[in-house]
Amino acid sequence: MTVAASTSESKPKPVKAVKVKGESKHLYVSFGLLVVVLVMWEVLPGMLDVPRYIIPTLSDCLAELKNMYAFDKLLSHTASTAIFTILGFVIGSALGAAIGYLLGMSPFWEKVVSPYILALQIAPKVAFAPLFIMWFGYNSMPKLLVTVLIVFFPVLVNVLQAMRTVDRDLVNLARAYSLTRWQIFVKIEMPSTLPNLMAGLRIASTLAVIGVTVGELVGGNVGLGYLISYGGGQANAAMVFNAIGILTVIGCVLYMVLERIEARALHYLPKDSH
Amino acid sequence: MALEFKHVTKQFQSNSGEMLTAVKDVDFRVEKGEFVSVVGPSGCGKSTILSMTAGLYQPSIGEVSVSGERVDGPNPHVGFMLQKDLLLPWRDIISNVEFGLESRGLNRAARRAKAMEVLNACHLGGFEQHYPYQLSGGMRQRAALARTLAIDPEIILLDEPFSALDAQTKLLLQNSFSKVIAEQQKTTLLITHDLAEAVLMSDRILVLSERPGTVIAEIKVDLPHRDEPLKRRNLPEVSEYAAQLFSYLKLEEKAF
Ligand SMILES: Nc1ncnc2c1ncn2[C@@H]1O[C@H](COP(=O)(O)OP(=O)(O)O)[C@@H](O)[C@H]1O
Ligand SMILES: [Mg+2]
Repeated sequence: MTVAASTSESKPKPVKAVKVKGESKHLYVSFGLLVVVLVMWEVLPGMLDVPRYIIPTLSDCLAELKNMYAFDKLLSHTASTAIFTILGFVIGSALGAAIGYLLGMSPFWEKVVSPYILALQIAPKVAFAPLFIMWFGYNSMPKLLVTVLIVFFPVLVNVLQAMRTVDRDLVNLARAYSLTRWQIFVKIEMPSTLPNLMAGLRIASTLAVIGVTVGELVGGNVGLGYLISYGGGQANAAMVFNAIGILTVIGCVLYMVLERIEARALHYLPKDSH
Repeated sequence: MALEFKHVTKQFQSNSGEMLTAVKDVDFRVEKGEFVSVVGPSGCGKSTILSMTAGLYQPSIGEVSVSGERVDGPNPHVGFMLQKDLLLPWRDIISNVEFGLESRGLNRAARRAKAMEVLNACHLGGFEQHYPYQLSGGMRQRAALARTLAIDPEIILLDEPFSALDAQTKLLLQNSFSKVIAEQQKTTLLITHDLAEAVLMSDRILVLSERPGTVIAEIKVDLPHRDEPLKRRNLPEVSEYAAQLFSYLKLEEKAF
């Protein structure tokens, strides 16, 4: 294998092939980087004598993953976290968008509530988790609420910002064509603000995972956040690593789905502008 | 009479609270089928005249009427287009052209048919499925004209529609607009700060003073080829008319 690789490298032909695929060159490098990191992860802790309860190696983590699957109901924890991430994301962004559009249509109420929105936006939403547990008990309500709360603001703020910057001339054109207020909203304002809405949703999707995780860390006995605090209590670093890894995957999947939807919905934008 | 301004004054509340008079005692008439241009220094209230004709806001004093009817709000007799094409980027060209028809109780098929007809008149047949970003600036302005014509307005208002275009595109577009407007026999009010453009395209030119804008001169352009600016351009009188406008606007005094 190595021999074949080195001989082919000395020939000019593969170089040409690399040139043709120049656009995807960064993909190869990214992948190469991943391999390097994984290999270092596997060998460095042993070489430096770091104990496995501090930094478990890749193979430790994979072995633990098997254990978690067999003995710790990994699948049902993962499913619970994924479902509440999506549920919290959907409810939070629907509320954020709805209120953003309502306030966007009423400059008066926007002025009335905008200082409070700013304050709430700055307040650390995850810190509400213990309160929610006091109010609703050790069930899934607190983590859902934290997620809704954390998702709500970026969507609201993005929609509101976009509503303020809708082209006045477009609205005037619609008015000159005798469109009703509702028609102006549906035909001009909604589509004009769609790129900002989608950007808000993308930010929100990454926050949704954080909201659920914190909710699960603080209370309850389901979900990957719970496995993190459980693993931490048992000095089982591999379990914590694995839970973090799966949470990241959930977040990435949600983000990628949104990117797909966005590419579809915003197909009319020239390719280089987004 | 297609359009009439009767002693119209328009004041705005400026940000600092005081009243700002944009146009003062503007009084003119445009006959049916006529092509009239309004020239004047920037900020003299040209766009304000257009907005009042479109019914987007009311005069402070005086009255604007279109086809003998007082304008008291947006109305179906007036179509306008601006320097910006105002095409909706999320709609293809034909749906953009249909936009103005959507509040008129026409069914989908009738809208399509009408839109197709004006697109062809504007020589955009074949581009109906394109999105605005796929078209050049000149084609987008033609699509905007098609959208304006689709509602069959009695008068069309053009607010500096060519000023964002390069010189050659501008000439070609002036020509194609003039042709289409002549074919459709539309009454037109063109707002421009390009003196040559006013001479090339109009039957008559109104010169506005600095703000507060008021009509200081009215020039009848007695030249052939109103429907073909590219031909009219070659007439020697064109520069004389432009020079006349130039002096009305006191541009020599401002040059240094
Ligand atoms: N909606 C408005 N509110 C306040 N001032 C306005 C408004 N519209 C126009 N103006 C003012 O009226 C004057 C004339 O504006 P405009 O008609 O746009 O000029 P032009 O089109 O000739 O350049 C300007 O000084 C402008 O600032
Ligand atoms: Mg203007």
